[in-house]
Amino acid sequence: MYRYDEFDHTLVRERVAQFSGQVKRRLAGEMTEDQFKPLRLMNGLYLQLHAYMLRVAVPYGTLSGKQMHMLAHIARKYDKGYGHFTTRQNIQYNWPKLDEVPAILEDLASVEMHAIQTSGNCIRNVTSDQYAGAAAGEIDDPRIWSEIIRQWSTFHPEFTYLPRKFKFAVAGMREDRAAIRFHDIGIELVKGVDGKVAFDIYAGGGQGRTPMIAPLIGTAVPADDLIAYVESILRVYNMNGRRDNLYKARIKILVHAIGAEEMKRQVEEEFSHAKNDPNLTLPAAEIARIRTYFEAPAFETLPDISDAFEKEKTENKRFADWVHTNVATHKMPGYAIANISLKPIGGVAGDASADQMDVVADLTNEFSFDEVRVTHEQNLTLPHVRKQDLFTLWQKLDATSLGDANLALITDHIVCPGLDYCALANARSIPISQEIAERFEDLDRQHNIGELKIKISGCINACGHHHAGHIGILGVDKKGTEFYQVSLGGSADETPSVGEIVGPAFTEDKIADAIETIVETYLGVRIGGERFLDTYRRIGKEPFKEKLYVTN
Amino acid sequence: MSLIRNGSIVDNDWVNVGDDETLPADVPVFVSLTRWLAERETLMGRNTPIGVTLSSSEAPEAIIDDLDRIQVIALQFPTFKDGRGYSYARLLRERYGFEGEIRASGDVLYDQWFAMSRCGVDAFEVPEGTTIEAFNEAMTEFSLVYQATGDGRQTVMQLRHRS
Repeated sequence: MYRYDEFDHTLVRERVAQFSGQVKRRLAGEMTEDQFKPLRLMNGLYLQLHAYMLRVAVPYGTLSGKQMHMLAHIARKYDKGYGHFTTRQNIQYNWPKLDEVPAILEDLASVEMHAIQTSGNCIRNVTSDQYAGAAAGEIDDPRIWSEIIRQWSTFHPEFTYLPRKFKFAVAGMREDRAAIRFHDIGIELVKGVDGKVAFDIYAGGGQGRTPMIAPLIGTAVPADDLIAYVESILRVYNMNGRRDNLYKARIKILVHAIGAEEMKRQVEEEFSHAKNDPNLTLPAAEIARIRTYFEAPAFETLPDISDAFEKEKTENKRFADWVHTNVATHKMPGYAIANISLKPIGGVAGDASADQMDVVADLTNEFSFDEVRVTHEQNLTLPHVRKQDLFTLWQKLDATSLGDANLALITDHIVCPGLDYCALANARSIPISQEIAERFEDLDRQHNIGELKIKISGCINACGHHHAGHIGILGVDKKGTEFYQVSLGGSADETPSVGEIVGPAFTEDKIADAIETIVETYLGVRIGGERFLDTYRRIGKEPFKEKLYVTN
Repeated sequence: MSLIRNGSIVDNDWVNVGDDETLPADVPVFVSLTRWLAERETLMGRNTPIGVTLSSSEAPEAIIDDLDRIQVIALQFPTFKDGRGYSYARLLRERYGFEGEIRASGDVLYDQWFAMSRCGVDAFEVPEGTTIEAFNEAMTEFSLVYQATGDGRQTVMQLRHRS
């Protein structure tokens, strides 16, 4: 994992001191809320429906056990005993008090964490693949490049007042678990013509009210030009992105308006200057320095098959179910990637209690070389677990209600906070998610249905990624009543697609029935091992529409 | 509005002249880009300093051939959220080599002075009553920077790898 050096520490501590001063001025009445607002937003502090909300950055979703313990401590000491993991791989606290926020930031700084640029029209927390360093077939570890982007984007003097927020995601290979094409800039690591690491750079993706899949702008950009290239894109956007309409200010609107080819031309024009600026060329020594922090942990030489593990699987069906869905293949023989579902039936997607965080922190240390990842699908991942340890790990998870075997199944939803918390929402999301999960509670049924990603947003801003859901649900308000619009066929992986609206919206009491109808229709027509998405892509929306809107 | 230039509070003897107003003699004036482009020859013939104001939607490309005839470029920030001027300032300094004054004008927050100065702004219109102590404090809250700009500061990366 990356560790701060004296310079990184100094900057974060100076930021805490700066914000503490600002809070003091605000509390003393020397600043109005209007004057304070832009300052607190730069530190991830929002004013929500009921209280302040603090969003803490988890760069590219990577945490150590010690950091996870600190997140638990903050939940316990300053909040109501829980935190909420988000689609930006961050964590949010829903109930901090303003006068305690400086103390929270001090606590975070003590474990090399912060809330810098988790809101505001600036470059936000960089997200990445939760399987980084563990998946077979990676071109390179995306965390190296994410950390380089993190440092470059922190307090960038030119790009802190962009037309709108700006999100990066980095994938280390073709297989995409970071939804890169739905980002303002999505980076895929590739091999350049010289065989060295290079970047395919996509720009202009996004969700919100205008979902767009980012086109390729930069092809096989050499590694040492990474900063020069992204700086070029940001400058074109900063100067030309729309500032007259909040809803048309993201880079996707600019790219769509001028076209990918013209965007590419303008970026290349900027890049022709930037690539000759020695200050923008990444020195090999710095790449090497950052790379050392992400070297593989001291993996043991193990047989790929663990007899103990195989035996437990045959003897314990619940464990075998968990392995089937939540455990993924590791690049090293005898190791596995273990996913922790934060989607218990009836729970709130992405929430974890302080006690659960403490358990995960201990397990991280005990079983996964002291590394845990937050996923953009609001779950957690232990990237490096010996297969022989999986059973013990699962038992300990299960004992704290973290052993659900539902990863990527129909009860594993992305869910925005919705009207229960959010000042922007039109409808509730959490109760809808809970109702659907309860409807499909039977685990054998879930496993029979197979991979099916439901994503739920409580308003058109699409924080719940509904456009990219195999089944997407969007809450809308019609004359004071909550309705839910269903879309089908979205996907956020390396074959990205935007879901299509299937027909008129459903009322709250009909939405679970509608989902059930969609699932039954799929089960009736699927061929072999087809996933829901495969079936949808084969047959389109009509068969679903017919069943959903059958007139009596 | 007071003016802070190169770290000191100074008198602002510049006059903003509207596009239809008569140019006053013997005082330094700011004109709009439109007027500059329309009356370029006349304006260059004056023997007092001349400044051009760029609105936040006016990129500096239009005046790059005239930079050695313009003493001050005022970048307009209609709201603190409009960050186009940061790019304009860097282009003027780092690509077009403008050596005159770049002045930030309009809705500029205390917390923005440092970033603006990193981009090449060297004069700031500030609210009446702003002290030089407050300015200096804002400029020194951060002792380190990650990004290279034309201000010549050593970046964290350069400090890490200095031999």
